Amino acid sequence: MSASADAITALKAKFPQVTDRASRDCPAVDVPTAELLAVLKTLRDEYAFDLLSDVTAIDWAEGASPRFTAVYHLYSTTSNAAVRVATPCTGDDAAPTVPSVVPLWPGANWHERETYDMFGIKFEGHPDLRRILMWDGYPYHPLRKEFPLAGIETALPDLEIAEETKAKVIPAPMAGGPFVASVGEMNLTEAEPRAKDESWNERSEKPGA
Amino acid sequence: MATDFAFPDSAAKAAGAEQEFAPEKMSLSMGPSHPSTHGVLRLQMELDGEVLTKCDPIVGYLHRGDEKIAENMTYNQFVPYTDRLDYLAPLANNMAYAIAVERLAGLEVPARCQAIRVLTAEMARISAHLMGLGAFGLDVGAWSVLVHSLNQREHLYKLFEELTGARFTTSYTRIGGVSRDIPDGWLGRVIAFCDQFEPALEETLSLLTRNKIFQDRTVGVGIITKEDALAYGLTGPNLRGSGVAFDLRKDKPYSGYEQYEFDVPVGSKGDSYDRYLCRGEEMRQSVRLIRQVVAKFPSGDWYAKDARKIFAPPKDKILTSMEELIQNFMIVTEGPQIPAGEVYFEAENPKGALGFYIVSKGGGVPWRMKIRSPSFCNLSILPKVCVGTMMSDVVTLLGSLDFVMGECDR
Repeated sequence: MSASADAITALKAKFPQVTDRASRDCPAVDVPTAELLAVLKTLRDEYAFDLLSDVTAIDWAEGASPRFTAVYHLYSTTSNAAVRVATPCTGDDAAPTVPSVVPLWPGANWHERETYDMFGIKFEGHPDLRRILMWDGYPYHPLRKEFPLAGIETALPDLEIAEETKAKVIPAPMAGGPFVASVGEMNLTEAEPRAKDESWNERSEKPGA
Repeated sequence: MATDFAFPDSAAKAAGAEQEFAPEKMSLSMGPSHPSTHGVLRLQMELDGEVLTKCDPIVGYLHRGDEKIAENMTYNQFVPYTDRLDYLAPLANNMAYAIAVERLAGLEVPARCQAIRVLTAEMARISAHLMGLGAFGLDVGAWSVLVHSLNQREHLYKLFEELTGARFTTSYTRIGGVSRDIPDGWLGRVIAFCDQFEPALEETLSLLTRNKIFQDRTVGVGIITKEDALAYGLTGPNLRGSGVAFDLRKDKPYSGYEQYEFDVPVGSKGDSYDRYLCRGEEMRQSVRLIRQVVAKFPSGDWYAKDARKIFAPPKDKILTSMEELIQNFMIVTEGPQIPAGEVYFEAENPKGALGFYIVSKGGGVPWRMKIRSPSFCNLSILPKVCVGTMMSDVVTLLGSLDFVMGECDR
């Protein structure tokens, strides 16, 4: 772990705006969006963090500032050190943006496409920012906190077939399932695991559907 | 009497093909249901004759939203979902997930629990590699390899069933331990399996290793350079086949892997044949690991006894003691209590580094869980490595990458 701690110390000397980030394992830093590419390039070229393990994002829910944080996990195959780099996304909730790291690691291509698909984060400079897990033309970004677990009714992926059959992709019958415990400040009865939205289930239709 | 056969081709004339033939590229869609895609992967290819000029893999047919589901249930409830990632090695996924959550909780499980997990993970590795090997053989037309490997997997399934109660979807680990201790005499049956497996493995591998047809189809095919493999984030046998000795069991030991001796096989050329050789050798090393684990199998607790807010107490205690009953009730209803923070843990799974990035705000449910799936990363190199290869070589290339779509699409 010392290799990554050394890298972080040197990194903070070079980029004064880089700050430590709370972490329970490897060293982690918060980086301003404008310096992200420079920081990652320094880590890759000067401290041998050659493997980009993962790119993902966190949605801190509506109203949080910043709402979305992009997270990068780097690994060095020479020193076996790992480091986490996080950066807040700029822009409004509808289209948060963050620079693409595909020029540094071509492997980031699919990770960024997935993050775009799930959160709607635009990676500026990405060569081919399309959806990857959901189908083209899907209207939502499912890992956003406001997207319900059960899903939202949408048209079938193939518009011709949707037109012909009038069939739709329907949400799962139980909103959230019966076994979900709530987190946060509330008493035990409120937090108890059960379907929180019981206004509709297998027996009664969703109101207003 | 000489006959002049130079008849004008009326069909060609009718088709207006008299002007010089203009080479056109053909687009071909392979999958999502194609025998060589080992699941629901679709390759949208552009062909110039038989040579690929472009390849666009289309994934997501098996997307179930596991990460969204994880945000809506307690930590232990998610264990069965990890079975369905790489469904050829559920025990290894269970272990990777449990360790990730335990790292977040700062919890160290007892030595016996670690040994059980290492043992099951290595058995899962053998089982996964056997399936990969069999399917790879099938891709190049060697039927009997699959039959041999499925036979051996059956032995493993019997052992898994005895241990976990399920053959396929084991859901064996819990946060802070495993669901039950090993049965009496089980270790002996594991060793008996190893004894008969070693010669059987050599026999199975001998069907391919020096097989001329197999070599013709794989040697020098689908070469992935060291630099490309790293740049695209390949891990596991695919990265090692390209000559990078990266194995998390060795480089960042977890669950007590540092106590055991094993070698990390590395390829030299990075072609399909090297990846095959790596997997074969890894199975031998796994047997070596299993023997070591069994030889010094620790006694003691098989779950973290002190973690009273994380691991549910044994059933006999719940039924006889009030305090344990309350403890069990709290863990079942609210989930294991994990402190706030974030953690990223990667384990060396059969397919590569399976990572879990967990962000917790405290309580029994994660705020965000990202699953870094090795198959997803391994497939992302296809657009690069497929260009310039023959159409028929794509099939062996896919076989040699050995991916599982359940894990790729999550």
